[in-house]
Amino acid sequence: MSTVAVSLKHGEADSEWRMPDRGIVGMLSLIIAESAIFGIFVIAYIYYIGKSLSGPTPREVLDVPVFTTVCLLSSSFTIWLAERAILKGAMRRFCIWWGVTEILGAIFLVGTGLEWHRLIYRDGLSISTNLFGTTFYSLVGLHATHVVVGLLMLTLVLIFGLAGKLKQEHAHRIEVLSLYWHFVDAVWVVVFTVVYIVGR
Amino acid sequence: MAHSTLPIGDSPDVTSPGGYRGAWLETLHSWVVTVDHKKIGMMYIGYSLIFLLVGGVEAMLIRIQLARPHNHFVSPEVYNRLFTMHGTTMVFLMGMPMLIGFANYLVPLMVGARDMAFPRLNAFSFWMTALGGLMLYYSFVGGVGLQGMGSAPDTTWWAYAPLTEKAFSRGHTMDYWALSLIVSGFGTVGAAINLIATPLCMRCKGMTLMRMPLFVWLNLVVGSMLLITITPLTAAQLMLEVDRYLGGHFFDAQAGGSPVIWNHFFWIFGHPEVYVLVLPAFAIANEVIPVFSRKAIFGYPAMVGASVGIGFLSLGVWAHHMFTVGMNSTSNAFFVLSSELVGVPTGIKIFNWLATMWGGKIRFYTPMLFCTAFIVQFLCAGLTGIMLSVAPFDWQVHNSYFVIAHFHYVLVGAIIFCFFAGFYYWYPKMTGKMLDERLGKWHFWLFVLGFHMTFDFMHFVGLEGMPRSIYTYEADRGWGTLNMVVSCGAVIQAIAVLLFVYNLVHSYYKGADAGPDPWDAWTLEWTTTSPPPSYNFADDPVVGSRRPLWDLKHPDDTDARYE
Amino acid sequence: MVWKILKLLGLRSTACRLLMFVFAVQSMAWASPASGPRIYNVPDIFKPHSGSAYMIYSLSLFMLEITGAIFAVVAGLWLYIILKFHKKDDLSEPPQVYGSTQIELAWTVIPLLIVVVLFLTTARILFAVQDRPAPPGSLHVSVVGHQFWWEFRYPKYGFVTANELHVPVSEPKNGVTTYLKLLSADVDHSFWVPALFGKTDSIPNKVNSMWFNPDATGIYLGQCAQFCGTAHAQMLLRVYVQTPQEFAAWLKNEEKPAVQDPDVAEGRQVFESQACISCHTIRGTAAHGTYGPDLTHLMSRDTIGSGIVPNTPENLKHWIKDPQSLKPGCMMPAMQLSDQKIGQIVAYLSTLK
Repeated sequence: MSTVAVSLKHGEADSEWRMPDRGIVGMLSLIIAESAIFGIFVIAYIYYIGKSLSGPTPREVLDVPVFTTVCLLSSSFTIWLAERAILKGAMRRFCIWWGVTEILGAIFLVGTGLEWHRLIYRDGLSISTNLFGTTFYSLVGLHATHVVVGLLMLTLVLIFGLAGKLKQEHAHRIEVLSLYWHFVDAVWVVVFTVVYIVGR
Repeated sequence: MAHSTLPIGDSPDVTSPGGYRGAWLETLHSWVVTVDHKKIGMMYIGYSLIFLLVGGVEAMLIRIQLARPHNHFVSPEVYNRLFTMHGTTMVFLMGMPMLIGFANYLVPLMVGARDMAFPRLNAFSFWMTALGGLMLYYSFVGGVGLQGMGSAPDTTWWAYAPLTEKAFSRGHTMDYWALSLIVSGFGTVGAAINLIATPLCMRCKGMTLMRMPLFVWLNLVVGSMLLITITPLTAAQLMLEVDRYLGGHFFDAQAGGSPVIWNHFFWIFGHPEVYVLVLPAFAIANEVIPVFSRKAIFGYPAMVGASVGIGFLSLGVWAHHMFTVGMNSTSNAFFVLSSELVGVPTGIKIFNWLATMWGGKIRFYTPMLFCTAFIVQFLCAGLTGIMLSVAPFDWQVHNSYFVIAHFHYVLVGAIIFCFFAGFYYWYPKMTGKMLDERLGKWHFWLFVLGFHMTFDFMHFVGLEGMPRSIYTYEADRGWGTLNMVVSCGAVIQAIAVLLFVYNLVHSYYKGADAGPDPWDAWTLEWTTTSPPPSYNFADDPVVGSRRPLWDLKHPDDTDARYE
Repeated sequence: MVWKILKLLGLRSTACRLLMFVFAVQSMAWASPASGPRIYNVPDIFKPHSGSAYMIYSLSLFMLEITGAIFAVVAGLWLYIILKFHKKDDLSEPPQVYGSTQIELAWTVIPLLIVVVLFLTTARILFAVQDRPAPPGSLHVSVVGHQFWWEFRYPKYGFVTANELHVPVSEPKNGVTTYLKLLSADVDHSFWVPALFGKTDSIPNKVNSMWFNPDATGIYLGQCAQFCGTAHAQMLLRVYVQTPQEFAAWLKNEEKPAVQDPDVAEGRQVFESQACISCHTIRGTAAHGTYGPDLTHLMSRDTIGSGIVPNTPENLKHWIKDPQSLKPGCMMPAMQLSDQKIGQIVAYLSTLK
């Protein structure tokens, strides 16, 4: 079984043949697909702004969630710090920053849960109340689901890290996973703007 | 079959030892757990063939019911399930798996790789698609539904709201439809990720992007489109289920919601989806036509540009399915223009194929017969598409049999014809045996006859005012004769397809040995044995042009000089 | 094959017209008898009988000419190529040609020009038909789509009818355009009578509009063109285009409340004591239901069940007794009444002229 070698351009045989990294390409493709799903929910949200026939309006019941947003966006920074740590092989530092990222993500989720609790029980806004309720819970809920999935993946990695199974050579996979987490944060920027700023 | 000068020796025997009890269990196990792109590709293709036959049976039942006015072959409830399932099956369980199957088998071979970029994701995607299909068909027997055939979906394959809301569809038909397609949608996104990452990241040395076979380019475009095509459907179906079970109001007119946004979301998926289905047909034509004309494809860079252009433009034409919903005239005009514009790169492709054949020495083996018919049929389909983009004309023929004739001209006349060409062309590579040429020609001519009998005349009955989605029609409308002709054509097509299936099975056991390169072709898959070993290439190939084997076979007239 | 040769020889539109003639002759066999209004029973889009349909028709012919010419040229080229370059036994390779920028440019620019021409023509007709304002003196009718029948409201005249739309003919000197407002009570429907206009959908929570000005009296047939449920195939349409006198007479009759014939008082009592009144309206009686068609002038209609069977006492009895056998999936329940009661009701309904 020999190589199919044919009239190569001069010097080509020796030059390095570099292809884009498949982990990054794969994750970016997934991110594009997920962005499309979010896009449709965002379009529905924007289209229905002001069209509810009844019930609580955004202005009446929505408080801008500054604290949880700051937590989630900072977690992008802390995960970047964790990436840098594992690139250098500093596993303890990696575990610390990775853990902080998880805690910040969890705070965001708890905050969202508390907000929903208030909206449902105090303000009477559920997914079936009116168009605002339907689009709000769907969009924010879709995002929260992605945060949950992200946290599950982060937890898995944390477990491996704490058990000592994670090594410096896994830095690339951590990079790919962090891309997902950055995506979740970026989506929140969009959702936050549409729901809490434009929509109110 | 020309004398080949391929640099391959004997392949090692990789078949598992047979002849003992449990050998078939081992074989079954190896197929179930495989991550080999070739096996997965064949499973996708086999899966799609089964549903081609199932969808075909549904079509036959539809045509029997419509052959005469006021026919009572099936009840309206059953008829509505039949045509909904026919459409859903042919698009999601036949078309998509078929194209993903061919791509899976061929893309790694054509780029000189060992496998797809993510083999386990590949396997996961297949099984999700398969599961989605089984869920959809379980609907015939499972669940609480209206009388007749269980809960099979029955509101057309585009399922417009609010007919699909709980108030109007009280059973579980819509839930089966939405949930099974969401499940298979996960599989499709996984396949799309592989279709993108493999050409971008796994090419062998020397294969720049502009040296990839056009088959690979088109599947790269298809993969990219799929990412943002399937996902709007998933989003819309999630919204539908929120409406149906959580009391949501996305499409609830009574709460101020707009049923029209379902139309928008569905067709934002639906239109690019049909380009997703047709681009792989082009991919096959791009490989078959040059080889059987004995010439390189004319205008490779233009073909790449046109393919990418079609991918982008097709994202902006969706509302030509909605010219009658009452959008304002400016919006309508915009979609007239965008729909007509997408015809330009499509036309370029047709001209390039003709220019490839011009000056060639055409050999009309069965793959080329199918591709030749494809060219003129796709021309017709494209032209009726241009007609439909003229909104005032569409105001008349929207939702009529003219539209059904148009899209079947694309789906059958272009896509199925190219898939058949692909079967005859690559079956030798996949199995090591040639398909019978005589049976192939019978298959071709019978199918052409049946196809034209059905779909040519179908245009006319649409122009005479017959709407779609109706289980019967009045005798005084003058549609009876045409419908009878259309139905007879369907029978002939069915016979042709059965002949084809027989050919597939018969040739597996009795076909002539194919050897590695029976068609004297030029891309990397023809450098391996037939079938290829599980690792594809013992040494990584190194290429210097678009047609590595042409250069090998014609060292004094290599492509590299002209590219 | 024959079709391809015809196209090649540029005889396509001639063949089209020939075929249309053949089908027209065939369809005449179904036409109405010599007496009574002419029924245009084959809803052929190439036989327009209204200004808006005519505009669409002339645009369609232009478009067919362009696409027909493109087909003739390209398919002709295709045929030439497969005949000329078919080389059965020659195994040598032909000269390899990789491309030509000029040719690529040519077949990009020319189609683009064709697209521009076609788009501009289309846009002109599109805006002309869709954005035309209602001239004074137009007839305004609101059409409400239901599962599986059509409600017609004449707001200026204050009455509601069903399934058979009556409009005046639009004479050249005395044009009366009919403007339709399209609404829906439940799911998506689409109002399509090919001879008179291109269809427009009726969508819940949305008001669409369309217009037509028919140029010949007669009965025009159509049906719902958007799948709306089980009985979608039987949601038929009949448009009665009448002379101004006939139309005025029809209007006058419709405006009156229901006929009160003392001979069928018993039947009327039976009707009013049944569940019929919760779905149907008969003006001047206790029946005020709006779920089903208005029956005030039921006998002025030729058909029942939205066009599916002729309006005869036999069919009425059948309809009341077992509507599902006539129209499977329709919303009218079987009334579970004795034959005697049904007979009395039908006797009453038969007086509602």
